[in-house]
Amino acid sequence: MIEVKGLQKKFGKVTVLDGLDITIHRGDKMVLVGPSGCGKSTFLRCLNQLEVPDGGEVWFDGQLVNGRRTDINALRRRMGMVFQHFNLFPHLTVKQNITLAPVLQKLKTQAEADERAVQLLERIGLADKADAYPSTLSGGQKQRIAIVRALAMDPEVLLFDEPTSALDPEMVGEVLQLMKELAASGMTMVVVTHEMGFAREVANRVVFINEGKVQEDEPPEEFFSNPKNPRLKDFLSKVL
Amino acid sequence: MGLLQSITASEFWQKHIYLNFIAKDRWKYLTDGLQNTIIITIGALIIGIALGAMVAVVRVTHDKAGRPGIGLRLLNLVCKVYLTVIRGTPVVVQLLIMWFVVFAAAKPDQKLMVAIIAFGINSGAYVAEIFRSGIMSVDPGQMEAGRSLGLSYGQVMLRVIMPQAVKNILPTLINEFIALLKETAVAGYIALGDLTRGGDQIRSQTWDAFPPLLAVAAIYLIMVMLLEKLGRTVERRLAQSDRG
Repeated sequence: MIEVKGLQKKFGKVTVLDGLDITIHRGDKMVLVGPSGCGKSTFLRCLNQLEVPDGGEVWFDGQLVNGRRTDINALRRRMGMVFQHFNLFPHLTVKQNITLAPVLQKLKTQAEADERAVQLLERIGLADKADAYPSTLSGGQKQRIAIVRALAMDPEVLLFDEPTSALDPEMVGEVLQLMKELAASGMTMVVVTHEMGFAREVANRVVFINEGKVQEDEPPEEFFSNPKNPRLKDFLSKVL
Repeated sequence: MGLLQSITASEFWQKHIYLNFIAKDRWKYLTDGLQNTIIITIGALIIGIALGAMVAVVRVTHDKAGRPGIGLRLLNLVCKVYLTVIRGTPVVVQLLIMWFVVFAAAKPDQKLMVAIIAFGINSGAYVAEIFRSGIMSVDPGQMEAGRSLGLSYGQVMLRVIMPQAVKNILPTLINEFIALLKETAVAGYIALGDLTRGGDQIRSQTWDAFPPLLAVAAIYLIMVMLLEKLGRTVERRLAQSDRG
């Protein structure tokens, strides 16, 4: 579904991604782990071109994502993204946050989008917040609504950039629970996270990125019980 | 009744009030002038905001683009020249050039329009910088979130960034409104009958300068104080909605 070949990205003189190769299949639940600054977030942001790679190729369903003539907006419609800091639109109500993109892009009428928004909000138990503004919500509620906002575009893959890192500990659970439900429903997911429990329980592949390359790409049992890369051994000994 | 009569019969009333404001309907200089001042200010404000917003978007888009295209670079250059020239020359000079050079063919009844354009273009340069700071104050994550949903740069700018930017700059924008109101006092340079010129015309007829000019100053002061009150109200409302 997504094929990444020789991805390179530099910030100034610092090389963050150094020829990274990986293939993501439909239905994959891929969790990316690695020390801070290893390039896992940058990799994720290169997938939908929020970060423009300096070299290499990203292919999505046979289309070159980082080509000069690519309609990037059309591709982004099919890849949702969830951010560490939620990035809800503070001047819009919850429902308007969810319906803005589908309606502006004429994918749905306002009525259709409203109906879908209410349906999604009911699913996560926040239907009563439809007309509330984001500032009145807790962090966990904000992140669940940010996920719903991405889902309202009916994406084929969801990219999560440290979705629980900015949350108070007691709110992490509700967000992870929603992500587990999404995984169970068959959604393709690429998740950058420090939640090792989530990786163990939900992922079918856990990927360790270091020095701008994929160092290990294994099912979770193998990844956690039998790490081969010395840097990964060291990393796991610190976080587990 | 006796009191009123004694006031109207007093020398002070006759010499300073009656002669300057009542005789020959001279108060009309002030009311007609005030009307023109308000029309110029509001017209120029609308042009200034539209122009300022556009210039600000061009400047921000250019500065944020890693490798801006030739079209964007050209537009940015035009905006930069505009900002430098307008902010680097006196508004009176701009007004004179507008009336005697650019619109030299304009008829006298189009004078108000020319003044609105001149003050609007002038105000736009200051509003552009206000808007620019407003746009920059919006979290970059907002643009990323909008783009990640497949919206175009323009759609996110218009529907997500701008509403938040405007909210941030509203108090500053009201200050610009106040400055503009006072700056229109130079409209008399092209013989346009604004409030200041109205007062000055009364002075030239009665040779009694203090009462008409004091009246003009008082009218400006009242308008500015009302606008400042509006600014404080807006600021308080915004602070409330931020606390959510």
